[in-house]
Amino acid sequence: MNIKDIKKEFPIFDNKVHNNDLVYLDSANSSQKPKVVVDRIYDFYTKEFSNVGRSVHYLAVAATNLYENTRVLVQKYINAKDPNEIVFTKGATEAINLVANTFGQKYLKEGDEILITELEHHSNYVPWHYLRKSKGVKINFADVDENGDISIESIEKKITPKTKILAITHLSNVTGAILPIKEIIQLAHSKNIPVLVDGCQGAPHLKLDMQDLDCDFYAISCHKMYGPTGLGVLYAKKKWLEELPPYQGGGGMIGEVKKEGITFGDLPNKYEAGTMATAQVIAFGESINFINKLGIEKIEEHERELTKYGEEILRKNNSVKLIGSPKNKGSVLSFTLDGVHPHDIATILDEDGVAIRAGHHCCQILHEKLGLAATARASLGVYNTKDDLDQLNSSINKCIKIFNS
Amino acid sequence: MDLKDLYQQLILDHGKNPRNLGKFENFNKDAKGHNPLCGDKVHVYLKLDENKKISDIKFEGEGCAISMASASIMTELMKNKEEPEVKELIDDFLKMIKDSPELSSKIISEDEKTKLMSLSGVKKYPMRVKCATLPWHTLVSAMTDKPGEVNTEKED
Ligand SMILES: Cc1ncc(COP(=O)(O)O)c(C=O)c1O
Repeated sequence: MNIKDIKKEFPIFDNKVHNNDLVYLDSANSSQKPKVVVDRIYDFYTKEFSNVGRSVHYLAVAATNLYENTRVLVQKYINAKDPNEIVFTKGATEAINLVANTFGQKYLKEGDEILITELEHHSNYVPWHYLRKSKGVKINFADVDENGDISIESIEKKITPKTKILAITHLSNVTGAILPIKEIIQLAHSKNIPVLVDGCQGAPHLKLDMQDLDCDFYAISCHKMYGPTGLGVLYAKKKWLEELPPYQGGGGMIGEVKKEGITFGDLPNKYEAGTMATAQVIAFGESINFINKLGIEKIEEHERELTKYGEEILRKNNSVKLIGSPKNKGSVLSFTLDGVHPHDIATILDEDGVAIRAGHHCCQILHEKLGLAATARASLGVYNTKDDLDQLNSSINKCIKIFNS
Repeated sequence: MDLKDLYQQLILDHGKNPRNLGKFENFNKDAKGHNPLCGDKVHVYLKLDENKKISDIKFEGEGCAISMASASIMTELMKNKEEPEVKELIDDFLKMIKDSPELSSKIISEDEKTKLMSLSGVKKYPMRVKCATLPWHTLVSAMTDKPGEVNTEKED
């Protein structure tokens, strides 16, 4: 497999959009799926289906093995120490809710502080917000700078003796800033503060090493990693998963259930109550195989080159204002156009088959800080090419033409 | 799909240079509207005089060309209309945007109808219909003194 002709691995590109080739620039929202992943779902349901972990028959054993196999693939992909540190959830959102809920329940009390940043997606703010009411905790925000970056100093400034946890994005889904999270984690740990990383945009684009990063929690969204919807991963250090209480109760997560009391199951079952998204988990194994076959370093390089190219051509376009020029930029190009609202841009681009996103991208705090109600965002994936970015630019020029006519 | 229907010259003109933009001193009714999905915001101010006539109407807002043009055209049309007429026009407009091919109201001129119909291009763009209707729902809210903000995601 070669990145140069990887588009053909994705069946979606066989379709036309308004009679045009699809130029998909919305991967930060959700990525397209390679055929191997789609086929895996079909094959599982048609040839191998059974519920996992409950029965002893042939199909049940086979399905359980497949399910657990993905856990090991994820463990290796992010270089976690132990497969039991991988918990499947319904998305990154649920992964963060799991931590906010259980950590908050066990460790937080009135007056404690949670530190997040102005870059965070609503998924890494709203789950913590509930603790304001239930526990009386305070949420502090590290400042984003004019480049759309978060510096180590801006984190340090907001740490107080009452800071009990830091929750921070790895890669901003608006400015593209790749944060120096390893250094930030070191800083937090030097003050005994555990760190949750929202890795939704990190995991599909950057080489990950949990043991090297040493973060306490890392949340992953599988549908942004060429995988199925309805699935996320929570990586958590084993000691946390052992210490924290269960999140949801139900079948599969228990030890012994009696009228007088209940004991809970061992890891990883403790956090996987009820029938899980079995087909999705198994198909997600193929997403990881797909990424591994290409090599995440190759993907990084490809996307870095494209991002640079995209930045170059958009900077040359005088009508375009790029949002954020962070030191280290991931494959997100957010922009505004003079005199054309982002929603009008998105509608006009769509006519050419160019799919971007317009709005606040679930980051209202950041948009308020930027003084913008909305931005347009083109975000890249492994299947994008320079031609896609050229088409983006020429469709942008069409917007300008329509609005200045 | 036709972009030219959506972005007609009239819409682009009203979008870029909205009429009745701003606020005035002695309004006696107002309401805010918000589309949380895209961030469009509109605040309608009006003065309903003793004869239940809109003697003045303005709006503040920010949003896409469609929402701004819609608010602009709406405020132009509503000035000096009496309450029952206002209600009739709102119903007529919302019905046209929803499923009716044309406007049925007899109280506006053909020119005014043409102007309003220029917004009908959104019908082919389901995601954009709310942009066009937000100012109108907000006007309803102002006229009926509904408390709270109009929210496109909480409509009934
Ligand atoms: C930075 C970031 N965090 C969290 C999320 C939510 O992820 P999920 O859709 O898996 O719940 C997203 C995706 O929209 C995101 O971009």
